[in-house]
Amino acid sequence: MIGEIIPRLNFFLAEGTTLVSLSWFDSLIIAVYFIFVLGIGYYLLRFTKTGDDFFLAGRQMTAWIAGLSFVAANLGSLELMGWAASAYQYGILATHWYWIGAIPAMLFLGIVMMPFYYISKTHSVPGYLKLRYGESASMLSAVTFGFMTVLMSGINMYAMALVMKVVLGWDIHFSIWVSSITVMVYVVLGGLLSAIFNEVLQFVLIWLGALLVPILGLIEAGGWGGMVAKIHQNFPGGDYTHLWSTLGHFNDNPMGINWIGIVFGLGFIISFGYWTTDFLVVQRLLSAKDIRSAKLAPIIGAGFKMMVPFIVILPGLLGLAVMPGLVSEQQAVATGAQSYNEVLPLMLARYLSPGLLGLGITALIAGFMSGMAGNVSAFATVWTYDIYKPLHNKMKKFEVDDAHYVKIGRWTTILGVIVSIGTAYLVQQFASIMDYVQALFSFFIAPLFGTVVLGMLWKRATGAGGFWGLLAGIGSSIAMYIVVKVNPAMLKIFALSADAKDMAENMYRALWSWLICVGVTVIVSYMTKPKTEAELNGLVRGCTELPSEGHLRLVQRPIFWAGVIFVIFIILNVIFW
Amino acid sequence: MVGEGRISIWFFIGSILEVYGIIIFIASIYYAGVPDGHKVVLDNLHAGIWWGILLIIIGGMYLIIFRPGKAKKS
Repeated sequence: MIGEIIPRLNFFLAEGTTLVSLSWFDSLIIAVYFIFVLGIGYYLLRFTKTGDDFFLAGRQMTAWIAGLSFVAANLGSLELMGWAASAYQYGILATHWYWIGAIPAMLFLGIVMMPFYYISKTHSVPGYLKLRYGESASMLSAVTFGFMTVLMSGINMYAMALVMKVVLGWDIHFSIWVSSITVMVYVVLGGLLSAIFNEVLQFVLIWLGALLVPILGLIEAGGWGGMVAKIHQNFPGGDYTHLWSTLGHFNDNPMGINWIGIVFGLGFIISFGYWTTDFLVVQRLLSAKDIRSAKLAPIIGAGFKMMVPFIVILPGLLGLAVMPGLVSEQQAVATGAQSYNEVLPLMLARYLSPGLLGLGITALIAGFMSGMAGNVSAFATVWTYDIYKPLHNKMKKFEVDDAHYVKIGRWTTILGVIVSIGTAYLVQQFASIMDYVQALFSFFIAPLFGTVVLGMLWKRATGAGGFWGLLAGIGSSIAMYIVVKVNPAMLKIFALSADAKDMAENMYRALWSWLICVGVTVIVSYMTKPKTEAELNGLVRGCTELPSEGHLRLVQRPIFWAGVIFVIFIILNVIFW
Repeated sequence: MVGEGRISIWFFIGSILEVYGIIIFIASIYYAGVPDGHKVVLDNLHAGIWWGILLIIIGGMYLIIFRPGKAKKS
């Protein structure tokens, strides 16, 4: 989901062995996939002429396309494998990252924030900050986002190549180069339009490729009741099937977290920070054809996000029922047993016959490529519009035409992929880089949410307030991380308990850095002169006239569907309490 | 205007589902007749055959509904 909570996947397997072997039918399915995605990119080249086409898909997407793309850009293959592994390790608690860790934030984005992103006609989140706060906050956000996005892309690329090596025996160099060049070609050709088309295709393939595993798993286990009984039988004393009842104290659950960390750290700060301000996902919504579609898209996305545990978490739980005995990576290395990090490919190999297995593996590849396309297309936009354009204008003192920026966007896409490949090889040499980059990414998310949400909802926030608040939030997050690294005993102060584990540390660090960002923004804003209401028109609630939805029937209104999704979200949490 | 005459994304999805449905259906029929070939848990349910048929039906529907010149673009 985001840097700090992407489960790390390390693999151990005896040399020369693989988890699954493919028939030539499976290889044919994978080959057809690559031909299709490249073909779509080539076909869309003719529709990608202007900056709006290349960076915002012409702002013509329907709510369904934008919504599916919004979820697909987040649904990487590491996400699929990582959370299936987490479900085996922690049980149904992993579902929190799909429900409370996503749904409220996505609905808030659709109903409250999307109108301002859309009406301001910004190309990006840093672009919104420029309009609202000025150049300083925008540049700080753009540089950190651009830098971290390509690094994360490289880390995911390497991790995926490692997965392919372990699962299929593919050479790491082959996986890195073939997948990254494919993504580069179709994004360079068709820009965001091509990325979105392929993301929707990939989303459908991920579902169709992975859906049979939980269906067949439930049949084998004897339904949900049979699965729960088998888990109790295999792991007596452990509670793997309750969402909330074990969150009273850090020691009551294997994650080492309590309900405050989940509700406020994950459900509020981290989730809102990621889903409402990470440009990788927000960019998909800016491509919507009108404001109603832009508001509906994340609500549709929330509906699909709520169902993802069926193909990610349930396979991990079914693994506990039908494949007990998978161990941690360290134990796997020591004993030669299989690790639960590989539970998803093991389940694919358990149930999927030739042909179906190819579709399942294609789902993993598609997940990886949709995530990478999201990274490079977002990077190209932020680099071109929020870093290159202001610097170019300052140095040259004149405006250039739109075609120039499209050309820069294409070259930036190539550059982004090359840097990602370089990062992938760097991580291969120095694995600890992965930990640091994931931590780095987490430093920016929570404070950025504070800056953006204050900008949209509080007209008194000033440019200086926005910049210093963001800087203070990022700085304090980095400081807390270093302090705990140097003196682990400090964790009990930041996380309010000596029993807190890594996951809790991340949640509480996000919470404090957000509070510091908001506090500094408020104080500095009261000390500096605000913009006039006229200057804030289209950017801030209270200064902007939002289009009325009074003429629409109830079922056409985004707020109605947000309410429906929220009620289902509550019911699901009660059912699995 | 950009987008005029563009083929719907759902047509592309219909196409790939149709191709995958056919491949999976043929593969499942082929391996059902091979006594020791690639056996999996719950093999007796022939999930591949049913899944192949499902993909062919869904893909076919998308191909018809969203064929070029017929459907709204997206």
